[in-house]
Amino acid sequence: MKVMNVVFDAIDSIPIPSLPLGDIFEGIIDFMVEYIGFIFDGISASLNGMVNGLEAVFMFLPGLIIMFVFAGLAWYIGGRVLGIMSFIGLLLIYSLGLWPSAMATLALVLVASLIALVIGIPIGILAAKRDTADRMIRPVLDFMQTMPAFVYLIPAITLFQRGIPAGAIATIIFSMPPVVRMTNLGIRQVPSDVIEAAQSLGSTGQQLLFKVQLPIALKTIFAGINQTIMLALSMVVIASMIGAGGLGSDVRRALAQVDISNGFEAGLAVVILAMIIDRITQGLGDKSSQV
Amino acid sequence: MSQLEVKNLYKIFGPSQKKALEMSQNGKTKDEILKETGNTVGVNNASFSVEEGETFVVMGLSGSGKSTLIRNLNRLQDPTSGEVHVDGKNIVDMNAEELRELRRKRMGMVFQNFGLFPHRSIRRNVDYGLEIQGVPEQERIERAYETLKLVGLEGYEESKPSELSGGMQQRVGLARALVLDPDILLMDEAFSALDPLIKRDMQDELLALQEKVNKTIVFITHDLDEALKLGDRIAVMYEGEIVQIGTPEEILTAPANDYVRNFVENVDRSKVLKASNIMSKPLAVVESREGPKAAVRRMRNEEISSIFVVDKSRKLQGIVSADDALELAEKGEKSLKNAIKKDVYHTTSPDTLIVDLLPMASEAKYPIAVVDSENKLLGVIVRVSVLSGISRKGAVSE
Repeated sequence: MKVMNVVFDAIDSIPIPSLPLGDIFEGIIDFMVEYIGFIFDGISASLNGMVNGLEAVFMFLPGLIIMFVFAGLAWYIGGRVLGIMSFIGLLLIYSLGLWPSAMATLALVLVASLIALVIGIPIGILAAKRDTADRMIRPVLDFMQTMPAFVYLIPAITLFQRGIPAGAIATIIFSMPPVVRMTNLGIRQVPSDVIEAAQSLGSTGQQLLFKVQLPIALKTIFAGINQTIMLALSMVVIASMIGAGGLGSDVRRALAQVDISNGFEAGLAVVILAMIIDRITQGLGDKSSQV
Repeated sequence: MSQLEVKNLYKIFGPSQKKALEMSQNGKTKDEILKETGNTVGVNNASFSVEEGETFVVMGLSGSGKSTLIRNLNRLQDPTSGEVHVDGKNIVDMNAEELRELRRKRMGMVFQNFGLFPHRSIRRNVDYGLEIQGVPEQERIERAYETLKLVGLEGYEESKPSELSGGMQQRVGLARALVLDPDILLMDEAFSALDPLIKRDMQDELLALQEKVNKTIVFITHDLDEALKLGDRIAVMYEGEIVQIGTPEEILTAPANDYVRNFVENVDRSKVLKASNIMSKPLAVVESREGPKAAVRRMRNEEISSIFVVDKSRKLQGIVSADDALELAEKGEKSLKNAIKKDVYHTTSPDTLIVDLLPMASEAKYPIAVVDSENKLLGVIVRVSVLSGISRKGAVSE
């Protein structure tokens, strides 16, 4: 026993320096604010413009028209039942008095997911085409997905101040991984003899991608798009903590006041939005594979 | 000039290909190279040439390198070393654009698992090759319909691949390659995924189609029966090396080594070997102007009970049995004429397959006469040689 104690003491006496990783990261963020802050101002202004613009459109039109448009879209893509249920769901949100919040949330989700898709799909294609890119992108995606969502909020505030742009950025980062992964997976799943067949007929790289790989991968990519939009929706609730507004703020307010009834109503509105968007995008995926 | 010529082709997979190539060229075996360098030798010094209109079959078991070899011919895989000439031009030196042009105009390929585009209709599968070349839609549709008719898929133009059976799917694969009217058709185990009956149909149809389109075909298979049926010549591959190249008869009758011998041992020879392979030279014949005594003497010498009669130019006249000849001889007749029988024996051409001789052989009292188109006697086949011709250990005469 004595020997052991001595050995352990000796081991304990080896100094392991504490690494100020957090400080370094903070330094980087500070540096970015100091020297390239204007870029973030630009991003901030355009994000604000897009989200507010879309929200303004949603709020300008009478609620019933929006309900009919969404219900019609749901009917066309997912069938009559989905159309009717969507209409009832949206009507419920309206009658709960949560319509403006829901439209703010919808605008933020749509803009954030659109940007996530526009960035994510090409990255997914790159990862599918180049193994080196795939090896580099994979840990970044793991990082993006497993880092607690709240942590994104801090640099987002530093770079963009509280408000919609910070919420949008946090949402984009958090929601992007699924579509990157699924695009990558979908393209890689295209059978090798199909690829070889296309090559043996003399396809160029672009023809192979756009006429063969992407169309075959489309169903998988749509599953990724669906997941990305769902994650975006779940993130906007968290993003309300930094002033992104919408249904998230209602939830947060209810939480702060321990207000069960308002909390339940706002939560239900989020669920309804989520279900409608989920069914519509899933339906799109099924439709695309039947083309 | 051969249409397709492969010279000293090597394909090596793995980390240090240069070293492995050197070792391979110095005669080290596949196993030694794998152990020392971690490289796999896919194709080891393959050389062969294929003539225009020829069906050249590459046969070997899985892992023998045959699928790697065919992918080097249109550079779906790049050779580690060696040359592939198409009409005298080395395609290994081609840049991406020349290579695309080659694939679009000169070489088509058909795959084991068809490789159809699941999201496109049959017609749009077939016209893909035209579409990527920018051929106008109307012409594309016409050519696709025409080619689909050629492979017997009329009426399925707007179906999806998943709605078709395996055999039909492979017809689409074939049509997709043929629509570009390539000179060379590469077929990688094209019929191996089909069930046996469909497979035989497809083989027959390929033979019939080949009569019409007359392409140069390189056909990969692990099925010896298929190789023997389709191939004008066959290359046998083992561990990445081509161990023998020859006609089906040569492969069967003169295997180059034990590997090929084992391989061909179980084959149904009756479907490959022909009458000319098993007939014996008609040493014992009698000319019609010779008398009964000569006939009797010759039969006694050869220990046979009947003998074919020919005229001066060796045209077959008939057959004489020993009993009849003896009777004439005892009567003192000078001519054989009255003993010659016709229509009691079978005649056949030298190209008849043994399988088709079996019914004749089993009922025949007399040997089968092998004659050419002018009725000249080329050889005789006795029943025992038909049987030994189909048994695997049987002695087979050249």
